[in-house]
Amino acid sequence: MGKKIVVKTEGLTKKYDGVTVVDNLNLQVAENEVFGLLGPNGAGKTTTILMLLGLTEPASGTAQVYGFDSTREPLKVKRLAGYLPEKVGFYDTLTARENLRFITELNNIGYAESEPLIEQVLKSVGLGEVGDKTVNKFSRGMKQRLGIADVLVKKPKVAFLDEPTAGLDPEGINQIIDLIANLPKTGTTVVFSSHRLYEVQRVCHSIGILSKGKMVVEGSLDEVGRDALAEGRYRIEVETAEPSPQLVKVIKKIKGVRKVEAEGKVLRITADSDLRAEISKAVVQSGMALIQVKIQEFSLDDIYMKYFHEG
Amino acid sequence: MLTILRKELVDYFTSIRCLVLFILVFIASAAAIYGAYYGIREASIDPGPVFIKLFTTGEDLPSLVVFIAMLVPIIGVALGFDAINGERSSGTLNRILSQPIYRDSVINGKFLAGIITLAIMIGAIILIVGGYGLRMIGVPPTAEEIIRIFIYFISAVIYGAFWMGLAILFSVLFRSLAVSLLFPMAIWILLGIPASVFNPYISFFVPAVSNSVSVQLMLMRLSPYFLFEEAYWVLLIPAWRGYGLLTTTTSSMLPNPLSLDQSLLIVWPQLTALIAITAVCFAISYVVFMRQEIRST
Ligand SMILES: Nc1ncnc2c1ncn2[C@@H]1O[C@H](COP(=O)(O)OP(=O)(O)OP(=O)(O)O)[C@@H](O)[C@H]1O
Ligand SMILES: [Mg+2]
Repeated sequence: MGKKIVVKTEGLTKKYDGVTVVDNLNLQVAENEVFGLLGPNGAGKTTTILMLLGLTEPASGTAQVYGFDSTREPLKVKRLAGYLPEKVGFYDTLTARENLRFITELNNIGYAESEPLIEQVLKSVGLGEVGDKTVNKFSRGMKQRLGIADVLVKKPKVAFLDEPTAGLDPEGINQIIDLIANLPKTGTTVVFSSHRLYEVQRVCHSIGILSKGKMVVEGSLDEVGRDALAEGRYRIEVETAEPSPQLVKVIKKIKGVRKVEAEGKVLRITADSDLRAEISKAVVQSGMALIQVKIQEFSLDDIYMKYFHEG
Repeated sequence: MLTILRKELVDYFTSIRCLVLFILVFIASAAAIYGAYYGIREASIDPGPVFIKLFTTGEDLPSLVVFIAMLVPIIGVALGFDAINGERSSGTLNRILSQPIYRDSVINGKFLAGIITLAIMIGAIILIVGGYGLRMIGVPPTAEEIIRIFIYFISAVIYGAFWMGLAILFSVLFRSLAVSLLFPMAIWILLGIPASVFNPYISFFVPAVSNSVSVQLMLMRLSPYFLFEEAYWVLLIPAWRGYGLLTTTTSSMLPNPLSLDQSLLIVWPQLTALIAITAVCFAISYVVFMRQEIRST
């Protein structure tokens, strides 16, 4: 890959009262990626994030952020990382702005720099108008937005977001998801946990699915999809004006093609690699009108269901 | 840590809790001045320092020192009982701890802010009573009296810090605010019961103890309540003889009233004992907090 790995765990294990809740977890997130952590309730997502931040001690194994050990050098990790807790809370009697200012002060960001930053961050999460309201007058979703502002205001190199869209309205979800999608452009790697598969699918470069503390699958979205739904192969659909048995034969001869099934005007091809170019060439050369060629996209829904229906 | 300290101080001084405490402080001061006014008139024929009597005399009302002895634990507990678990349940603790600060600066900042608040409150009472008293009786305090009152002030702050430390300890140990408020209060009430009530029980279980006054005294000295009481009587009423002083062999050799340095010599152990139990409370909270699981769910 050649990409720099910035978040890494090795054999990370956590036990609560003898019960293993995170089990020998190996996880890698590359720089400027959005990584989605999925899994059913109680799978250990929050626990993993807490250990990555050095807020909870692992029973064994290590967690690293930018090469700093989260358990032994938590301060260095916390300087680089922002964290949105599952249940986010603020000082009720302070205004949104004052709450954020407290965080910039704790991060040693000077007043001259912090004021415009706070303003900008509040606006970006849609709280520009209510920055001077005290937080006890905020709704649940407004607090969630403030929580995200709270992470952004320290300009983290890595943002750990635990269910960032919980409690948000549909528009808010889109807004926050767009915000997350744009973070890598400003040099922030994102690790977030979520139960909304479609939003993960929209923004994540790679995902990891946890189940009972174990990583079931990890990788880029299409890698994971291929592994789950096509035994690691590529599925290509070719629509032609009128598929002939001869065309099927020609395509089968292309190196790497495993299987061709005809279904009406559509040929479903299973291949070892992305052979769209070769296949379209073959179709055109055999004098057939090519309508479209597409590679099957994997819906995260299907992937997820596949793992949790079998296990 | 300065940031946290400042925030905690602002928090304290803008809270309703603090307002209530200040109202209590003013009521206590007013009552004490009233009591002292009538008390001193009658006692003014006595020899010895006059100004200091403002603090120790009351007509039918309890005197200021008694008020303070009652008030200080309440203030201490009120300032400390939700220090950690309050933040935990409101979800601010994990947010703060994910910032690049040392975990201990959170608890240190809270403790320090509490002590400063306590000092301001107790200082306010003493200054109000002193100021009004001065106008009333027109006798300025001597240097010795000022020193006595100052040391008394310090010991009251330490006493308050003990109760706050205790409350913080419970707020670290228990997640529920009700529990961390009730426990220190229960201890306060328990310690406030005169020791004589317990004597029958003590002598029942350990018969040897009841016969020995010095053993009883030692047991009493485990109580912060008693330590503080002894300290302030010695400090503020130089002619006072009571409890342990009567029984110590040297008591007959002590001049009456006690000079300043003799008073100090006598209360020194009391003060160090108070500081020690406060430090123990704080140290336990500190250690527990440092190794505690912070997740709120
Ligand atoms: N303080 C605790 N003491 C004991 N067990 C705990 C504690 N906190 C969490 N657990 C257990 O750890 C496991 C993992 O919890 P975790 O919060 O990491 O799950 P999660 O994946 O974040 O779930 P969710 O989707 O519900 O947020 C759960 O089985 C839970 O019961
Ligand atoms: Mg969770």
